[in-house]
Amino acid sequence: MLERRKLVNHLLRQRPDNALTVSSLGSPTWDIASTGDNPLHFSFIGTMGQAAPFALGLAMAQPNKRVMVFAGDGELLMSLGILATIANQAPGNLTIVSLDNESYGETGGQPTATAGPTDLEAVAKGCGFSQTCTAASEKDLDAACDQVWTAKGPVFINLKIVAGPSPLVFPYSFDGAAAMNRFRDAVNNPGKS
Amino acid sequence: MSDSSDWPQEIFSVLLAQNIDLVAHVPDAGHTALIHLAEEHDKVDVITLTTEEEGVGLLCGAWAGGRKGVLLIQSSGVGNCINALALPVICRAPFLTIVSMRGEWGEFIPWQVPMGLATPKVLGAMDVEVFRVSEEQRVAETVSAAGSFAFNTRRSAAVLLSQQMLGAKQFKEG
Repeated sequence: MLERRKLVNHLLRQRPDNALTVSSLGSPTWDIASTGDNPLHFSFIGTMGQAAPFALGLAMAQPNKRVMVFAGDGELLMSLGILATIANQAPGNLTIVSLDNESYGETGGQPTATAGPTDLEAVAKGCGFSQTCTAASEKDLDAACDQVWTAKGPVFINLKIVAGPSPLVFPYSFDGAAAMNRFRDAVNNPGKS
Repeated sequence: MSDSSDWPQEIFSVLLAQNIDLVAHVPDAGHTALIHLAEEHDKVDVITLTTEEEGVGLLCGAWAGGRKGVLLIQSSGVGNCINALALPVICRAPFLTIVSMRGEWGEFIPWQVPMGLATPKVLGAMDVEVFRVSEEQRVAETVSAAGSFAFNTRRSAAVLLSQQMLGAKQFKEG
């Protein structure tokens, strides 16, 4: 099992200039915030299940940017259908990074379906994702990270991570309008500060 | 305008005039012609969703990236969107949906009625401004007004195409 903060740091260190990132509510948002603030990142703090649909819309609007969404297993399980929708649109510039700790980490660590027989990579593959993999160790991770920013999408990478709490780190703003305005400006008017 | 207006074409023209080039939908018979027009247009992307709430996040993400879209759904799908509708509200992002109504005027299937009758109440409860239209002649101006409201004031707007105008779906055994 991988350590989530180390992992997220590792992935974001390779972040290309044309990257736009999104994180789902709860731990993925605190994880990304722990790596530092970036106006080209949009953090969900609510509306569970909406991070991957948002990332699909963003990827379709910005075909020359690389869009990566970090989503927890609970988040993805809540809207599995979006994986079929994404595979059918087949955006070449979209990567989903599943941070799979097999539990609802924000609510007491109750097991999710992935603690049982459910395999998110198999779901993504079955939905028609062109590139999928699962990494559960540092060794697998090197292979996974090779393609994370570059492979023709849609890419689905399932990362098996250690369950348990990490220190809370809050994102730029809990005010959705403030966060959205800054992100949208950074995406569409990169010259404007 | 004639009595038998080509209202799906009129809606499509209004959408194009407002630079809306993403059409996300869970199909309904009432939207068939409009979806077809969108599919035939080479500058418009059509996204078939597995469930309506995907469209809320999708259109919000598209708007963040500089594109405008519309969500075409049936009234039963409004219920699926409730929690997702918090996203455009809290982010002050525009959101436009066109809803074909079931469960009202002339309905045959009782199972359609609870969500049909709840549709305007549910939308209102989530801060979505409702623009109902019951006459073909008023469809274009209503969609135009709803689109302007959504994108100019960055709020959520729903056009309800009433069953009185669409005609109730007919069922005959045998």
